[in-house]
Amino acid sequence: MNILEISHVTKTFGTKAVLNDLSFFVPEHSVFGFIGQNGAGKTTTMKIVLGLLESNQGEVLVNGEKVTFGQNCTNKYIGYLPDVPEFYDFMTPREYLSMCGRITGMCREEIREKSAELLKVVGLEGENKRIKGFSRGMKQRLGIAQALLNSPKLLICDEPTSALDPMGRKEVLDILSSVREHTTVVFSTHILSDVERICDRIAFLHEGKVALRGTLEEIRHIRNGDSIEIEFPTEQDADIFSGIYSGGRKAGRTKLLFCKRTERDMLQMMECLSQNLIPILRMEKLEPSLEDLFLEVVGK
Amino acid sequence: MRQLKAFIKKELLEQLRGGRAVILGILFCLFGIMNPATAKMLPWLLAIMSEQLAESGMHITEIEVDAMTSWTQFFKNMPMLLIVFIVMFSGIMTAEYQKGTLINVITKGLKRWKILISKLLIMSVFWTAGYLITFAITYGYNAYFWDNHIAQNLCFAAFGYYFVGLWLISIVLLASAVLKSASGVTLFAGAAVIISYLSGFLPALREYVPTFLLNANELLMGAADRSRCSAAVGITLFLMVFNGVLSVLLFNKRML
Repeated sequence: MNILEISHVTKTFGTKAVLNDLSFFVPEHSVFGFIGQNGAGKTTTMKIVLGLLESNQGEVLVNGEKVTFGQNCTNKYIGYLPDVPEFYDFMTPREYLSMCGRITGMCREEIREKSAELLKVVGLEGENKRIKGFSRGMKQRLGIAQALLNSPKLLICDEPTSALDPMGRKEVLDILSSVREHTTVVFSTHILSDVERICDRIAFLHEGKVALRGTLEEIRHIRNGDSIEIEFPTEQDADIFSGIYSGGRKAGRTKLLFCKRTERDMLQMMECLSQNLIPILRMEKLEPSLEDLFLEVVGK
Repeated sequence: MRQLKAFIKKELLEQLRGGRAVILGILFCLFGIMNPATAKMLPWLLAIMSEQLAESGMHITEIEVDAMTSWTQFFKNMPMLLIVFIVMFSGIMTAEYQKGTLINVITKGLKRWKILISKLLIMSVFWTAGYLITFAITYGYNAYFWDNHIAQNLCFAAFGYYFVGLWLISIVLLASAVLKSASGVTLFAGAAVIISYLSGFLPALREYVPTFLLNANELLMGAADRSRCSAAVGITLFLMVFNGVLSVLLFNKRML
Protein backbone atom coordinates (compact mmCIF):
# COMPACT_ATOMS: atom_id res chain seq x y z
CA MET A 1 0.00 0.00 0.00
CA ASN A 2 1.11 3.55 -0.64
CA ILE A 3 1.38 5.72 2.44
CA LEU A 4 1.67 8.88 0.35
CA GLU A 5 0.24 9.60 -3.09
CA ILE A 6 0.68 12.89 -4.85
CA SER A 7 -1.16 13.29 -8.12
CA HIS A 8 -1.02 16.20 -10.55
CA VAL A 9 -0.23 18.84 -7.96
CA THR A 10 0.39 22.36 -9.22
CA LYS A 11 1.43 25.31 -7.11
CA THR A 12 2.23 28.82 -8.21
CA PHE A 13 3.49 31.77 -6.20
CA GLY A 14 2.44 34.85 -8.11
CA THR A 15 3.43 34.09 -11.67
CA LYS A 16 6.15 31.62 -10.73
CA ALA A 17 5.11 27.98 -11.06
CA VAL A 18 6.96 26.12 -8.31
CA LEU A 19 5.24 22.76 -8.78
CA ASN A 20 4.04 21.83 -12.22
CA ASP A 21 1.82 18.75 -12.42
CA LEU A 22 3.83 16.87 -9.81
CA SER A 23 2.98 13.19 -9.29
CA PHE A 24 4.66 10.41 -7.32
CA PHE A 25 3.89 7.88 -4.64
CA VAL A 26 5.69 6.42 -1.65
CA PRO A 27 5.09 2.78 -0.67
CA GLU A 28 4.97 1.78 2.98
CA HIS A 29 8.15 0.90 4.87
CA SER A 30 10.55 2.54 2.51
CA VAL A 31 13.08 5.32 2.96
CA PHE A 32 12.24 7.74 0.22
CA GLY A 33 14.76 10.33 -0.90
CA PHE A 34 13.30 13.46 -2.39
CA ILE A 35 16.09 15.12 -4.28
CA GLY A 36 16.32 18.50 -5.88
CA GLN A 37 18.36 21.66 -6.10
CA ASN A 38 17.74 24.53 -3.71
CA GLY A 39 14.48 26.13 -4.75
CA ALA A 40 13.27 23.09 -6.70
CA GLY A 41 10.05 22.95 -4.66
CA LYS A 42 10.87 20.30 -2.07
CA THR A 43 9.73 22.29 0.95
CA THR A 44 6.65 23.51 -0.92
CA THR A 45 5.67 19.90 -1.69
CA MET A 46 6.09 18.91 1.95
CA LYS A 47 4.06 21.84 3.20
CA ILE A 48 1.26 20.91 0.82
CA VAL A 49 1.34 17.33 2.15
CA LEU A 50 1.05 18.75 5.67
CA GLY A 51 -1.85 21.04 4.75
CA LEU A 52 0.19 24.16 5.56
CA LEU A 53 0.01 25.42 1.99
CA GLU A 54 -2.83 25.22 -0.48
CA SER A 55 -2.14 23.71 -3.90
CA ASN A 56 -3.72 25.24 -6.99
CA GLN A 57 -4.58 21.85 -8.45
CA GLY A 58 -4.21 18.18 -7.78
CA GLU A 59 -4.74 15.79 -4.92
CA VAL A 60 -2.64 14.44 -2.09
CA LEU A 61 -3.52 11.25 -0.20
CA VAL A 62 -1.89 10.24 3.07
CA ASN A 63 -2.69 6.70 4.17
CA GLY A 64 -5.55 6.73 1.68
CA GLU A 65 -7.15 9.89 3.11
CA LYS A 66 -7.33 13.19 1.31
CA VAL A 67 -5.23 16.08 2.60
CA THR A 68 -7.14 19.30 3.13
CA PHE A 69 -5.54 22.72 3.49
CA GLY A 70 -5.87 24.42 6.87
CA GLN A 71 -7.63 22.03 9.21
CA ASN A 72 -5.87 18.85 8.16
CA CYS A 73 -6.90 15.52 9.70
CA THR A 74 -4.26 13.37 8.00
CA ASN A 75 -1.54 15.01 10.11
CA LYS A 76 -2.27 12.40 12.77
CA TYR A 77 -0.40 9.88 10.61
CA ILE A 78 2.55 12.19 10.04
CA GLY A 79 5.61 13.19 12.01
CA TYR A 80 7.28 16.27 10.58
CA LEU A 81 10.79 17.58 11.00
CA PRO A 82 11.16 21.05 9.44
CA ASP A 83 14.47 22.11 7.91
CA VAL A 84 15.17 24.43 10.84
CA PRO A 85 13.07 23.08 13.70
CA GLU A 86 12.05 25.79 16.14
CA PHE A 87 10.80 25.13 19.64
CA TYR A 88 9.59 27.12 22.60
CA ASP A 89 12.90 28.25 24.06
CA PHE A 90 11.57 28.57 27.57
CA MET A 91 10.76 24.87 27.86
CA THR A 92 12.98 21.90 28.59
CA PRO A 93 13.04 19.04 26.05
CA ARG A 94 10.93 16.91 28.34
CA GLU A 95 8.32 19.64 28.80
CA TYR A 96 8.20 20.20 25.06
CA LEU A 97 7.68 16.53 24.29
CA SER A 98 5.07 16.33 27.01
CA MET A 99 3.14 19.21 25.40
CA CYS A 100 3.40 17.56 21.96
CA GLY A 101 2.22 14.27 23.44
CA ARG A 102 -0.83 15.91 25.02
CA ILE A 103 -1.65 17.57 21.71
CA THR A 104 -1.57 14.25 19.86
CA GLY A 105 -3.77 12.71 22.53
CA MET A 106 -1.34 10.40 24.28
CA CYS A 107 -1.83 9.58 27.97
CA ARG A 108 0.64 10.73 30.63
CA GLU A 109 2.21 7.31 31.18
CA GLU A 110 2.68 6.79 27.45
CA ILE A 111 4.27 10.23 27.07
CA ARG A 112 6.70 9.59 29.91
CA GLU A 113 7.84 6.24 28.50
CA LYS A 114 8.06 7.35 24.90
CA SER A 115 9.86 10.63 25.71
CA ALA A 116 12.46 8.84 27.79
CA GLU A 117 12.97 6.29 25.03
CA LEU A 118 13.25 8.88 22.25
CA LEU A 119 15.48 11.26 24.18
CA LYS A 120 17.80 8.31 24.67
CA VAL A 121 17.70 7.46 20.97
CA VAL A 122 18.62 11.02 19.98
CA GLY A 123 21.16 11.37 22.78
CA LEU A 124 19.46 14.09 24.79
CA GLU A 125 18.44 12.07 27.83
CA GLY A 126 20.64 14.04 30.22
CA GLU A 127 19.60 17.49 29.00
CA ASN A 128 17.40 19.18 31.56
CA LYS A 129 18.22 22.75 30.67
CA ARG A 130 15.92 24.93 28.60
CA ILE A 131 15.97 24.65 24.81
CA LYS A 132 17.25 28.24 24.62
CA GLY A 133 20.86 27.08 25.06
CA PHE A 134 20.69 24.29 22.47
CA SER A 135 22.99 24.08 19.46
CA ARG A 136 21.65 23.57 15.96
CA GLY A 137 22.48 19.87 16.05
CA MET A 138 20.75 19.40 19.40
CA LYS A 139 17.65 21.10 18.07
CA GLN A 140 17.72 18.86 15.02
CA ARG A 141 17.87 15.80 17.26
CA LEU A 142 15.07 17.08 19.46
CA GLY A 143 13.16 17.70 16.24
CA ILE A 144 13.47 14.03 15.36
CA ALA A 145 12.31 13.03 18.83
CA GLN A 146 9.20 15.20 18.59
CA ALA A 147 8.48 13.97 15.08
CA LEU A 148 8.61 10.33 16.20
CA LEU A 149 6.73 10.88 19.45
CA ASN A 150 3.34 9.62 18.34
CA SER A 151 4.83 6.69 16.35
CA PRO A 152 3.77 8.18 13.00
CA LYS A 153 3.18 6.03 9.94
CA LEU A 154 4.94 8.61 7.82
CA LEU A 155 7.96 10.63 8.88
CA ILE A 156 8.64 13.67 6.71
CA CYS A 157 12.02 15.34 7.12
CA ASP A 158 12.93 18.51 5.30
CA GLU A 159 16.67 18.59 4.64
CA PRO A 160 17.46 17.04 8.01
CA THR A 161 21.20 16.95 7.42
CA SER A 162 22.04 19.99 5.35
CA ALA A 163 22.98 22.29 8.21
CA LEU A 164 24.91 19.79 10.27
CA ASP A 165 28.58 18.95 10.58
CA PRO A 166 29.71 15.47 9.37
CA MET A 167 29.37 13.98 12.85
CA GLY A 168 25.86 15.35 13.36
CA ARG A 169 24.90 14.20 9.85
CA LYS A 170 25.98 10.67 10.53
CA GLU A 171 24.00 10.60 13.78
CA VAL A 172 20.84 11.89 12.12
CA LEU A 173 21.12 9.44 9.22
CA ASP A 174 21.68 6.56 11.63
CA ILE A 175 18.55 7.51 13.55
CA LEU A 176 16.51 7.78 10.35
CA SER A 177 17.58 4.41 9.08
CA SER A 178 16.97 2.82 12.48
CA VAL A 179 13.28 3.80 12.47
CA ARG A 180 12.50 2.40 9.01
CA GLU A 181 11.04 -0.81 10.43
CA HIS A 182 8.05 0.95 11.94
CA THR A 183 7.85 4.11 9.88
CA THR A 184 8.02 5.19 6.28
CA VAL A 185 10.57 7.96 5.94
CA VAL A 186 10.40 10.67 3.29
CA PHE A 187 13.29 13.05 3.36
CA SER A 188 14.32 15.83 1.08
CA THR A 189 17.91 16.68 0.47
CA HIS A 190 20.43 17.93 -2.01
CA ILE A 191 23.24 15.91 -0.44
CA LEU A 192 23.47 12.85 -2.68
CA SER A 193 25.78 10.80 -0.51
CA ASP A 194 23.09 10.81 2.20
CA VAL A 195 20.60 9.40 -0.27
CA GLU A 196 22.94 6.65 -1.40
CA ARG A 197 23.51 5.72 2.22
CA ILE A 198 19.99 5.16 3.48
CA CYS A 199 17.35 5.46 0.74
CA ASP A 200 15.78 2.60 -1.14
CA ARG A 201 13.65 4.77 -3.40
CA ILE A 202 14.23 8.19 -4.82
CA ALA A 203 12.60 10.91 -6.90
CA PHE A 204 14.46 13.75 -8.57
CA LEU A 205 12.52 16.97 -8.55
CA HIS A 206 13.42 19.37 -11.30
CA GLU A 207 11.53 22.43 -12.50
CA GLY A 208 8.46 21.47 -10.53
CA LYS A 209 8.21 17.95 -11.93
CA VAL A 210 9.57 14.55 -11.06
CA ALA A 211 12.34 14.13 -13.59
CA LEU A 212 13.31 10.63 -12.49
CA ARG A 213 12.01 8.18 -9.93
CA GLY A 214 12.24 4.56 -8.84
CA THR A 215 14.32 2.32 -6.61
CA LEU A 216 17.98 3.11 -6.32
CA GLU A 217 18.82 0.10 -8.55
CA GLU A 218 16.27 1.04 -11.17
CA ILE A 219 17.60 4.56 -11.38
CA ARG A 220 21.14 3.35 -11.77
CA HIS A 221 20.06 1.09 -14.63
CA ILE A 222 18.16 3.78 -16.44
CA ARG A 223 21.29 4.96 -18.13
CA ASN A 224 21.93 2.98 -21.31
CA GLY A 225 25.27 1.44 -20.53
CA ASP A 226 27.84 1.98 -17.84
CA SER A 227 31.46 2.83 -17.98
CA ILE A 228 34.02 0.02 -18.10
CA GLU A 229 37.48 0.46 -16.74
CA ILE A 230 40.37 -1.89 -17.51
CA GLU A 231 43.67 -1.79 -15.67
CA PHE A 232 46.74 -3.28 -17.37
CA PRO A 233 50.03 -4.39 -15.78
CA THR A 234 52.05 -2.06 -18.04
CA GLU A 235 51.46 1.04 -20.10
CA GLN A 236 52.54 -0.90 -23.19
CA ASP A 237 49.70 -3.42 -22.75
CA ALA A 238 47.22 -0.58 -22.48
CA ASP A 239 48.51 0.99 -25.67
CA ILE A 240 48.35 -2.31 -27.56
CA PHE A 241 44.75 -2.87 -26.48
CA SER A 242 43.62 0.64 -27.38
CA GLY A 243 45.18 0.07 -30.83
CA ILE A 244 43.02 -3.02 -31.37
CA TYR A 245 39.83 -1.97 -29.59
CA SER A 246 39.10 1.70 -30.21
CA GLY A 247 36.80 4.03 -28.35
CA GLY A 248 38.58 4.05 -25.00
CA ARG A 249 40.44 6.88 -23.39
CA LYS A 250 43.33 6.83 -21.02
CA ALA A 251 42.42 7.32 -17.41
CA GLY A 252 45.85 7.18 -15.86
CA ARG A 253 49.06 5.56 -17.03
CA THR A 254 47.86 1.96 -17.15
CA LYS A 255 44.08 2.41 -17.21
CA LEU A 256 41.61 2.63 -20.07
CA LEU A 257 38.07 3.91 -19.69
CA PHE A 258 35.22 3.03 -22.07
CA CYS A 259 32.05 5.06 -21.61
CA LYS A 260 28.46 3.93 -22.23
CA ARG A 261 29.11 0.26 -22.89
CA THR A 262 26.68 -2.65 -22.61
CA GLU A 263 27.20 -6.15 -21.20
CA ARG A 264 27.78 -7.36 -24.76
CA ASP A 265 30.55 -4.83 -25.31
CA MET A 266 32.19 -6.11 -22.17
CA LEU A 267 32.13 -9.69 -23.41
CA GLN A 268 33.59 -8.60 -26.73
CA MET A 269 36.40 -6.83 -24.91
CA MET A 270 37.16 -10.00 -22.96
CA GLU A 271 37.23 -11.99 -26.18
CA CYS A 272 39.58 -9.50 -27.77
CA LEU A 273 41.87 -9.56 -24.73
CA SER A 274 42.09 -13.34 -24.69
CA GLN A 275 42.57 -13.64 -28.47
CA ASN A 276 45.47 -11.17 -28.42
CA LEU A 277 46.87 -12.57 -25.20
CA ILE A 278 46.90 -9.21 -23.43
CA PRO A 279 47.12 -9.61 -19.64
CA ILE A 280 45.08 -7.37 -17.37
CA LEU A 281 45.06 -6.65 -13.64
CA ARG A 282 41.42 -5.70 -13.31
CA MET A 283 38.26 -5.10 -15.35
CA GLU A 284 35.44 -3.24 -13.69
CA LYS A 285 31.99 -2.04 -14.59
CA LEU A 286 31.67 1.41 -12.97
CA GLU A 287 28.23 2.14 -11.60
CA PRO A 288 27.08 5.68 -12.26
CA SER A 289 26.98 7.77 -9.12
CA LEU A 290 23.83 9.66 -8.23
CA GLU A 291 25.80 12.78 -8.74
CA ASP A 292 26.30 11.95 -12.42
CA LEU A 293 22.59 11.24 -12.75
CA PHE A 294 21.67 14.40 -10.92
CA LEU A 295 23.82 16.53 -13.18
CA GLU A 296 22.38 14.75 -16.20
CA VAL A 297 18.83 15.45 -14.99
CA VAL A 298 19.44 19.13 -14.36
CA GLY A 299 21.13 19.33 -17.74
CA LYS A 300 24.62 20.40 -16.82
CA MET B 1 -9.91 19.57 25.90
CA ARG B 2 -6.53 17.89 26.42
CA GLN B 3 -5.07 19.80 23.48
CA LEU B 4 -6.46 23.08 24.75
CA LYS B 5 -5.14 22.54 28.27
CA ALA B 6 -1.68 21.64 26.96
CA PHE B 7 -1.49 24.76 24.83
CA ILE B 8 -2.86 27.07 27.53
CA LYS B 9 -0.25 25.68 29.89
CA LYS B 10 2.42 26.52 27.34
CA GLU B 11 1.07 30.07 27.00
CA LEU B 12 1.07 30.55 30.75
CA LEU B 13 4.59 29.18 31.07
CA GLU B 14 5.71 31.55 28.31
CA GLN B 15 4.35 34.60 30.13
CA LEU B 16 5.81 33.51 33.45
CA ARG B 17 9.26 32.40 32.29
CA GLY B 18 9.58 35.11 29.66
CA GLY B 19 9.14 37.71 32.41
CA ARG B 20 6.09 39.36 30.86
CA ALA B 21 3.91 38.44 33.83
CA VAL B 22 6.30 40.11 36.28
CA ILE B 23 6.64 43.27 34.17
CA LEU B 24 2.86 43.53 33.83
CA GLY B 25 2.38 42.92 37.56
CA ILE B 26 4.80 45.73 38.44
CA LEU B 27 3.23 48.06 35.87
CA PHE B 28 -0.32 47.51 37.06
CA CYS B 29 0.73 48.00 40.69
CA LEU B 30 2.66 51.18 39.85
CA PHE B 31 -0.30 52.65 37.98
CA GLY B 32 -2.53 51.76 40.90
CA ILE B 33 -0.30 53.60 43.38
CA MET B 34 0.34 56.55 41.08
CA ASN B 35 -3.28 57.78 41.06
CA PRO B 36 -3.72 58.51 44.78
CA ALA B 37 -0.06 59.57 45.00
CA THR B 38 -0.54 62.21 42.31
CA ALA B 39 -3.69 63.42 44.04
CA LYS B 40 -1.87 63.62 47.37
CA MET B 41 1.04 65.54 45.88
CA LEU B 42 -1.09 67.99 43.93
CA PRO B 43 -1.43 70.68 46.65
CA TRP B 44 2.29 70.47 47.36
CA LEU B 45 3.15 70.81 43.66
CA LEU B 46 0.84 73.77 43.30
CA ALA B 47 2.33 75.43 46.36
CA ILE B 48 5.78 75.24 44.77
CA MET B 49 4.47 76.68 41.53
CA SER B 50 2.25 79.33 43.11
CA GLU B 51 5.13 81.79 43.63
CA GLN B 52 6.05 81.69 39.98
CA LEU B 53 2.42 81.95 38.98
CA ALA B 54 1.90 84.89 41.36
CA GLU B 55 4.64 86.77 39.51
CA SER B 56 2.70 86.41 36.32
CA GLY B 57 -0.45 87.57 38.01
CA MET B 58 -2.18 84.30 38.73
CA HIS B 59 -3.30 83.51 42.24
CA ILE B 60 -4.01 80.07 43.44
CA THR B 61 -6.54 79.62 46.19
CA GLU B 62 -6.67 76.67 48.53
CA ILE B 63 -7.04 73.47 46.56
CA GLU B 64 -9.19 70.67 47.84
CA VAL B 65 -8.14 67.16 47.00
CA ASP B 66 -10.49 64.23 47.38
CA ALA B 67 -11.17 60.74 46.00
CA MET B 68 -12.52 62.35 42.83
CA THR B 69 -9.07 63.81 42.04
CA SER B 70 -7.56 60.37 42.38
CA TRP B 71 -10.23 58.69 40.26
CA THR B 72 -9.85 61.32 37.56
CA GLN B 73 -6.15 60.44 37.51
CA PHE B 74 -7.07 56.76 37.29
CA PHE B 75 -9.12 57.27 34.15
CA LYS B 76 -6.55 59.66 32.70
CA ASN B 77 -3.74 57.13 33.09
CA MET B 78 -5.75 54.14 31.93
CA PRO B 79 -5.34 54.75 28.15
CA MET B 80 -1.57 54.77 28.67
CA LEU B 81 -1.73 51.45 30.49
CA LEU B 82 -3.95 50.04 27.75
CA ILE B 83 -1.45 51.10 25.08
CA VAL B 84 1.42 49.46 26.97
CA PHE B 85 -0.65 46.31 27.36
CA ILE B 86 -1.52 46.12 23.67
CA VAL B 87 2.06 46.76 22.58
CA MET B 88 3.30 44.04 24.93
CA PHE B 89 0.89 41.49 23.49
CA SER B 90 1.06 42.61 19.85
CA GLY B 91 3.62 39.89 19.11
CA ILE B 92 1.69 37.08 20.74
CA MET B 93 1.06 35.39 17.37
CA THR B 94 3.46 37.15 15.02
CA ALA B 95 6.49 36.04 17.05
CA GLU B 96 5.32 32.45 16.50
CA TYR B 97 4.96 33.00 12.75
CA GLN B 98 8.40 34.51 12.52
CA LYS B 99 10.07 31.72 14.45
CA GLY B 100 7.96 28.97 12.87
CA THR B 101 7.05 27.46 16.24
CA LEU B 102 3.39 26.93 15.31
CA ILE B 103 4.29 24.55 12.47
CA ASN B 104 5.31 21.83 14.90
CA VAL B 105 2.16 21.98 16.98
CA ILE B 106 -0.17 22.26 13.98
CA THR B 107 1.44 19.29 12.25
CA LYS B 108 0.97 17.43 15.53
CA GLY B 109 -2.75 17.88 14.96
CA LEU B 110 -3.52 20.89 17.18
CA LYS B 111 -6.73 22.48 15.93
CA ARG B 112 -6.08 26.02 14.79
CA TRP B 113 -9.01 27.56 16.66
CA LYS B 114 -7.59 26.20 19.89
CA ILE B 115 -4.44 28.26 19.35
CA LEU B 116 -6.56 31.40 19.03
CA ILE B 117 -8.70 30.56 22.05
CA SER B 118 -5.60 29.99 24.18
CA LYS B 119 -4.11 33.31 23.15
CA LEU B 120 -7.40 35.11 23.72
CA LEU B 121 -7.77 33.53 27.13
CA ILE B 122 -4.25 34.43 28.25
CA MET B 123 -4.63 38.07 27.15
CA SER B 124 -8.05 38.36 28.79
CA VAL B 125 -6.88 36.80 32.05
CA PHE B 126 -3.87 39.10 32.27
CA TRP B 127 -5.96 42.16 31.42
CA THR B 128 -8.65 41.22 33.95
CA ALA B 129 -6.18 40.44 36.72
CA GLY B 130 -4.07 43.50 36.01
CA TYR B 131 -7.04 45.81 35.80
CA LEU B 132 -8.42 44.47 39.07
CA ILE B 133 -5.06 45.03 40.77
CA THR B 134 -4.84 48.65 39.59
CA PHE B 135 -8.46 49.32 40.53
CA ALA B 136 -8.16 47.65 43.93
CA ILE B 137 -4.99 49.55 44.85
CA THR B 138 -6.46 52.92 43.87
CA TYR B 139 -9.73 52.06 45.59
CA GLY B 140 -7.92 51.03 48.77
CA TYR B 141 -5.80 54.18 49.02
CA ASN B 142 -8.77 56.38 48.17
CA ALA B 143 -10.85 54.75 50.89
CA TYR B 144 -8.00 55.22 53.36
CA PHE B 145 -7.30 58.89 52.57
CA TRP B 146 -10.71 60.12 51.47
CA ASP B 147 -14.13 58.71 50.70
CA ASN B 148 -14.96 56.76 47.56
CA HIS B 149 -18.68 57.53 47.75
CA ILE B 150 -18.13 60.91 46.21
CA ALA B 151 -17.62 59.27 42.80
CA GLN B 152 -20.87 58.20 41.22
CA ASN B 153 -21.24 55.20 38.89
CA LEU B 154 -17.65 54.27 39.81
CA CYS B 155 -17.87 50.56 39.07
CA PHE B 156 -19.67 51.15 35.80
CA ALA B 157 -17.13 53.74 34.67
CA ALA B 158 -14.34 51.32 35.51
CA PHE B 159 -16.19 48.56 33.67
CA GLY B 160 -16.27 50.78 30.54
CA TYR B 161 -12.49 50.94 30.35
CA TYR B 162 -12.17 47.25 31.13
CA PHE B 163 -14.65 46.41 28.37
CA VAL B 164 -12.85 48.56 25.81
CA GLY B 165 -9.69 46.69 26.82
CA LEU B 166 -11.38 43.38 25.97
CA TRP B 167 -12.55 44.81 22.66
CA LEU B 168 -8.97 45.83 21.83
CA ILE B 169 -7.76 42.35 22.75
CA SER B 170 -10.20 40.89 20.22
CA ILE B 171 -8.79 43.31 17.65
CA VAL B 172 -5.22 42.26 18.46
CA LEU B 173 -6.35 38.66 17.88
CA LEU B 174 -7.97 39.49 14.55
CA ALA B 175 -4.95 41.46 13.35
CA SER B 176 -2.62 38.69 14.50
CA ALA B 177 -4.56 36.11 12.48
CA VAL B 178 -3.86 38.08 9.31
CA LEU B 179 -0.76 40.24 9.70
CA LYS B 180 2.88 39.22 9.87
CA SER B 181 4.49 41.73 12.19
CA ALA B 182 3.89 43.01 15.70
CA SER B 183 4.11 46.62 14.58
CA GLY B 184 1.37 45.92 12.04
CA VAL B 185 -0.83 44.53 14.81
CA THR B 186 -0.23 47.60 16.99
CA LEU B 187 -1.03 49.92 14.10
CA PHE B 188 -4.19 47.97 13.31
CA ALA B 189 -5.38 48.28 16.92
CA GLY B 190 -4.49 51.99 16.90
CA ALA B 191 -6.42 52.50 13.68
CA ALA B 192 -9.48 50.77 15.20
CA VAL B 193 -9.44 53.17 18.17
CA ILE B 194 -9.00 56.20 15.92
CA ILE B 195 -11.89 55.12 13.69
CA SER B 196 -14.06 54.61 16.75
CA TYR B 197 -13.08 58.07 18.10
CA LEU B 198 -13.66 59.85 14.81
CA SER B 199 -17.02 58.15 14.32
CA GLY B 200 -17.87 59.28 17.84
CA PHE B 201 -17.59 62.90 16.75
CA LEU B 202 -20.65 62.45 14.56
CA PRO B 203 -23.64 63.17 16.80
CA ALA B 204 -25.68 60.37 15.25
CA LEU B 205 -23.03 57.75 16.06
CA ARG B 206 -21.73 59.16 19.32
CA GLU B 207 -23.45 56.69 21.64
CA TYR B 208 -22.88 53.68 19.40
CA VAL B 209 -19.10 53.39 19.30
CA PRO B 210 -16.92 51.42 21.74
CA THR B 211 -14.91 54.51 22.71
CA PHE B 212 -18.11 56.09 24.09
CA LEU B 213 -17.49 53.82 27.09
CA LEU B 214 -14.38 55.85 27.89
CA ASN B 215 -16.48 58.85 28.99
CA ALA B 216 -15.76 58.07 32.62
CA ASN B 217 -15.72 61.68 33.88
CA GLU B 218 -19.31 62.37 32.96
CA LEU B 219 -20.37 59.19 34.67
CA LEU B 220 -18.37 59.95 37.82
CA MET B 221 -19.85 63.40 38.13
CA GLY B 222 -23.28 61.99 37.60
CA ALA B 223 -23.63 64.11 34.48
CA ALA B 224 -24.35 61.02 32.38
CA ASP B 225 -26.63 58.14 33.03
CA ARG B 226 -25.34 54.58 32.69
CA SER B 227 -28.40 53.57 30.69
CA ARG B 228 -27.11 55.78 27.89
CA CYS B 229 -24.18 53.38 27.54
CA SER B 230 -26.20 50.24 26.90
CA ALA B 231 -26.07 50.62 23.11
CA ALA B 232 -22.30 51.04 23.17
CA VAL B 233 -21.95 48.00 25.46
CA GLY B 234 -24.09 45.90 23.14
CA ILE B 235 -22.24 46.99 20.02
CA THR B 236 -18.83 46.44 21.64
CA LEU B 237 -19.90 42.95 22.70
CA PHE B 238 -21.11 42.22 19.17
CA LEU B 239 -17.81 43.48 17.72
CA MET B 240 -15.85 41.24 20.09
CA VAL B 241 -17.76 38.14 19.01
CA PHE B 242 -17.49 39.21 15.37
CA ASN B 243 -13.71 39.70 15.66
CA GLY B 244 -13.35 36.32 17.35
CA VAL B 245 -15.30 34.44 14.67
CA LEU B 246 -13.56 36.28 11.84
CA SER B 247 -10.15 35.52 13.39
CA VAL B 248 -10.91 31.79 13.41
CA LEU B 249 -12.13 31.82 9.80
CA LEU B 250 -9.13 33.79 8.56
CA PHE B 251 -6.58 31.87 10.60
CA ASN B 252 -7.90 28.57 9.27
CA LYS B 253 -7.01 29.73 5.76
CA ARG B 254 -3.66 31.23 6.65
CA MET B 255 -0.66 29.67 4.92
CA LEU B 256 2.11 28.88 7.38
